[in-house]
Amino acid sequence: MLRSTGVQFRYPGGSPMQFPDIVCGAQEHMLLLGESGTGKTTLLHLLAGMLRPTTGSIVIDNQEITHLSSRALDRFRGSRVGIVFQTAHFVHSLSVEDNLTLPQFLAGKTSDKQRARDLLERMNLADKLMRKPSELSIGEQQRVAIARALMNNPAILLADEPTSALDDKNAGHVIDLLESEARNTGASLIIVTHDQRLKDRFEKRVTL
Amino acid sequence: MNLFRIARKNIGAKPLNTVLSLMLLAFGVGIISLLFIVEDKLQDQFDRNIRDIDMVLGAKGSPLQLILANVYHIDVPTGNISRREAEKIMKHPYIESAIPMAYGDNYEMYRIVGTTPAYPAHYGASLQAGNIFEAPYSASIGAEVAKTLGLKLGDHFFSAHGLTDGTDVHADQQFTVVGIFAPTGTVIDQLILTPMESVWGVHEAEAAEREEDPSDEITAVLLTKKNPLAVVMMPNLLKETNMQIALPSIEINRLQSNFGIGMATLRALAILIMLISFVSVFISLYNSLKERKYELALMRTMGATRFTLFALILLEGMILTAWGTLVGLGLSRIGLLALGDQLKAKFRYDIVDMGMLPGEWLLVIITIFVGILASLLPAITAVRIDISKTLADA
Repeated sequence: MLRSTGVQFRYPGGSPMQFPDIVCGAQEHMLLLGESGTGKTTLLHLLAGMLRPTTGSIVIDNQEITHLSSRALDRFRGSRVGIVFQTAHFVHSLSVEDNLTLPQFLAGKTSDKQRARDLLERMNLADKLMRKPSELSIGEQQRVAIARALMNNPAILLADEPTSALDDKNAGHVIDLLESEARNTGASLIIVTHDQRLKDRFEKRVTL
Repeated sequence: MNLFRIARKNIGAKPLNTVLSLMLLAFGVGIISLLFIVEDKLQDQFDRNIRDIDMVLGAKGSPLQLILANVYHIDVPTGNISRREAEKIMKHPYIESAIPMAYGDNYEMYRIVGTTPAYPAHYGASLQAGNIFEAPYSASIGAEVAKTLGLKLGDHFFSAHGLTDGTDVHADQQFTVVGIFAPTGTVIDQLILTPMESVWGVHEAEAAEREEDPSDEITAVLLTKKNPLAVVMMPNLLKETNMQIALPSIEINRLQSNFGIGMATLRALAILIMLISFVSVFISLYNSLKERKYELALMRTMGATRFTLFALILLEGMILTAWGTLVGLGLSRIGLLALGDQLKAKFRYDIVDMGMLPGEWLLVIITIFVGILASLLPAITAVRIDISKTLADA
């Protein structure tokens, strides 16, 4: 489902960074562990096609993404990759429902409000559909962000430090949710983190 | 969900910025459009009333006043002239037609003009009821006069001395309404027309005191020329008299170039307000962009292309400008109604017309075009957002 080989990246004026090869099968869940400054976020952005590697290959869902045009890459990312960022961000002027249907519109798909309702239902947020994201608690926002990442039934779900700001109990909840929803959607799950608490929950781990 | 909805929500999320931009734009567009309409309507009134009148013969004084008094009936006449003297000019071979007028009285502020049936005929006025004035003290009245004063055929009224107040009534002679003209959109609508004998008759007693023949007094003559040389030659003929010739087209041009300065100042002011409003649209888009950089990067991760973001920002600018233009055109209509009432009360000119002038369409196109220009730089900035860096920094 996702395979990266020989990926290297270099920020302008920075020294080259080398990343281990990553293979994540269909519906497989894995952890990318690394301390701060090891390039975790850079790797996540590379895997998501938000950055282009200087060399190497990244194949997602049988598509080599390093050669796609900027426009095609935007489209591919929108329809096949779901991303959960460290802090949840939204288009603030839009309601929760609009924020959920936004990825469908942006990826050029027809808007499916039922999918938005189902996802929120499963996250116990059905009553927040018409609220503004800023009216939700941080925990609720994080759950809506996960729902949003899953709206387009992505082949792969990438999560960047989803638990770093949470206590043990809530961190457990979020990981449960990520795993169960990835399973429901049939997506592979890759979590990038330095959070050692997660270490024992995943069999498959790559350390940077 | 569509781009338009996102743009609309984004504009609505910043009500204060939006209202400021809208207000500035609306005022700019409103003032310019109001100027367009007023100029157009006044020009129209001027043109319609000049209609083939090449020259006006009247007493010496300000030529502009002579025109305003006798063609438009919005100023007092320069004085009276001798009919016998005037007839020499009227019968001159270079003159095609001549319409004499004698007046100096009013009824309820509407001028009572002694003339011949050639006067209403010149403006193509047809009767909607009754007959043309013939006998002394019979009156055919303009549509506006009939409507405002509620005069009907067979009604009687007395004239009052002067043109602007009704205190000094000539109670000995009673006028009868014998005809009502259909609306013409010209000065005829606001006049009470009667044979010249009526005007002379009313003033018989005063004239007798001064040992003058009232029937020798007229106010002015409207002339059309047969030969273009008439214009050159007339001043010579009038040298030894108290009369002068004035050319409506020249006087009106002079008048317009005078109050044109005021119009130009207003227009410059309006353009300045519009420029400021474009700057305000630009600043509010640009500022909101700084705050929304993360949102826009986020939209890219969800499949938005660079072009989507470009179109979104441009659309926001266009919605703002379109609303501003619309509100501005609405404001100019409100202003027009207010101004129209005043002009109507003062000059009885009807300028209220809610339709769009060609100049206004041009204004709309230019405004939206400049609106796009003002959103272009913010839109380009949105295109250049580095999504990885923006999202990593947040």
